[in-house]
Amino acid sequence: MSVITLKHVRWVVASNPLTLVAASGAIIIALIGVLAPWITPQDPLATDVANAMQPPTTAHWFGTDQLGRDIFSRVVAATRIDLAIALSAVSLSFVLGAVIGGVCGYVGGRLDRVVGRVVDVLMAFPLFVLAMAMVAALGNRVENVILATAFINLPFYIRFARAEVNVRRDSGWVEAARAGGENDLSIILFFLLPNILPAMAVQVSLNLGWAILNAAGLSFIGLGVQAPTAEWGIMVAEGARFITSGKWWLVAFPGAALMLSVLFFNLLGDALRDILDPRMRT
Amino acid sequence: MRSARAIIIRVGERLLSSLPALLGVLVVTFVLMRVLPGDPAVFFASGPNAGQAEIDNLRQRMGLDQPLFVQLMHYLRDVGTGNLGNSLTTGQPVLTDLRQRLPASLELTFTAFTLAVIIAIPLGIAAAMRPNSLIDHGVRFVCTLGVCVPTFVSGLILIFVFYYILGVAPDPTGRLDIFVSAPPSVTSFMLVDFLIAGDLEGWMAAAKQLILPSATMALFVIAPLARITRASMLGVLSSDFVRTARAVGLSSVKINIVYALRNAMLPVLTIAGIMFSTMLGANVLVEKVFSWPGVGSYALDALLSSDYAPVQGFVLLMACIFVIINLVIDVLYGIADPRISVA
Repeated sequence: MSVITLKHVRWVVASNPLTLVAASGAIIIALIGVLAPWITPQDPLATDVANAMQPPTTAHWFGTDQLGRDIFSRVVAATRIDLAIALSAVSLSFVLGAVIGGVCGYVGGRLDRVVGRVVDVLMAFPLFVLAMAMVAALGNRVENVILATAFINLPFYIRFARAEVNVRRDSGWVEAARAGGENDLSIILFFLLPNILPAMAVQVSLNLGWAILNAAGLSFIGLGVQAPTAEWGIMVAEGARFITSGKWWLVAFPGAALMLSVLFFNLLGDALRDILDPRMRT
Repeated sequence: MRSARAIIIRVGERLLSSLPALLGVLVVTFVLMRVLPGDPAVFFASGPNAGQAEIDNLRQRMGLDQPLFVQLMHYLRDVGTGNLGNSLTTGQPVLTDLRQRLPASLELTFTAFTLAVIIAIPLGIAAAMRPNSLIDHGVRFVCTLGVCVPTFVSGLILIFVFYYILGVAPDPTGRLDIFVSAPPSVTSFMLVDFLIAGDLEGWMAAAKQLILPSATMALFVIAPLARITRASMLGVLSSDFVRTARAVGLSSVKINIVYALRNAMLPVLTIAGIMFSTMLGANVLVEKVFSWPGVGSYALDALLSSDYAPVQGFVLLMACIFVIINLVIDVLYGIADPRISVA
């Protein structure tokens, strides 16, 4: 089994070398996020007005912003908070979505139809507007940005888990578990959900990039994380005022960090799907 | 004739069936308003020193002492009569504000959407016609990158390149340069109004102002549109009827454009609808970047100054537009696939 899996992984990687780049990129970004407080060359919050608005130099690789803060340190420090928000939001919607979708897919019937209808409507609604409204209603705090991001991701997980559980509901091993005296809840939690986990993992990885974009978008418009904190969306928002006078580095570097992390997580998701999706494994 | 009637019946049906969704949005906005921290009566009272009697009096007048259900009914009545409350920041009724600002947003969104469709569909078709060719890989590359760049970053990059470096774009603030006089308002769509007034110079000025924000929005949705067009075309091109058409010797234009494309359009329509509603959300970001005086920036300003009536109005407006979009997609579905309206 594991030999076959290894061989398959090697085949996927060989057929698309980009996979390796994506995986290493995603790992590096995750490492930067974890190690951020120890690897920033300067204090991301320390201002130095005498050296404000410097273009990139050897002392400040990414230049300095309007308050003389080192943009490189700020971009590194922001990795942590952006990844943290996206990860917590995605895990929240992953857990809730798996349970709700799992129950719907297993039980079926009217509950399934009602939830399915609500999910359909929700998915087509302007999700960013929904997130904005939620943050407005619950209060302009980071926790609520996480909640809002989790909420707008939820429909995708519900739908996915529902479909995956639904096709497995009547399979032999579920039948066997039922005959063995397991109740419905434990069949869902301990048999069906672990079984759809690999497929869900792909979904998580594909979704992470989108969650990062949403969280950064919300802080760009001034919701969630507040000003002095180093965060990609805020940094772009602050730099936006100076773009018309040609100070590109204030926007370019946090923007590039945002773009690269989304790109790597998306590519990683594609690669994981190639590796884990049983329908692709021939 | 029969098909026109079928479409009308279908529109009616869909309008009816979208009522529950709208009602749901209304209830949700109402609940959101109730969840909001702070007592509106205290907020509207004369000042921090307002006595308890005055607050109680206000609460009674605003109907806040009624049971929740009664309040919900009052709210529904208000919305039904077009009373969305007043904006504390602009001092105007929310409905008036929204009506003034909606055309700016719609003009931006429509332009961006048209741009995206014009670019994405030929790209997707070209990629599908020659799978694994250079153009296919190129399109895939653009698609992969396109979904990674947030609109607020790509907008700023466009401003930097076209305004600062090349100097071909005008100052990225608002719908019209301050030195150009606005056309007499007929439709509130700048481009149309300029045309009606016969002012070509003004039309150019407005178009120049519009091109960067709409390109920004288009960039973000080109990727999914091109991707689905490619996938859908690939599926159709390998189907039996295309093979038959080829065997019969029809011209490749006729096969690809007339037969294959029409059949490939259904999934594209679905995604296009979702993309349009994504753009409505992205409006908020793009309008902020380009200081565009639309509903998105209006709701955002209100939100940041804790002025909630405009935000509710905005969400409601989005819900209505969303219902209309779905309706249009539905009708287009019927046109693209006659089997649907017969069924």
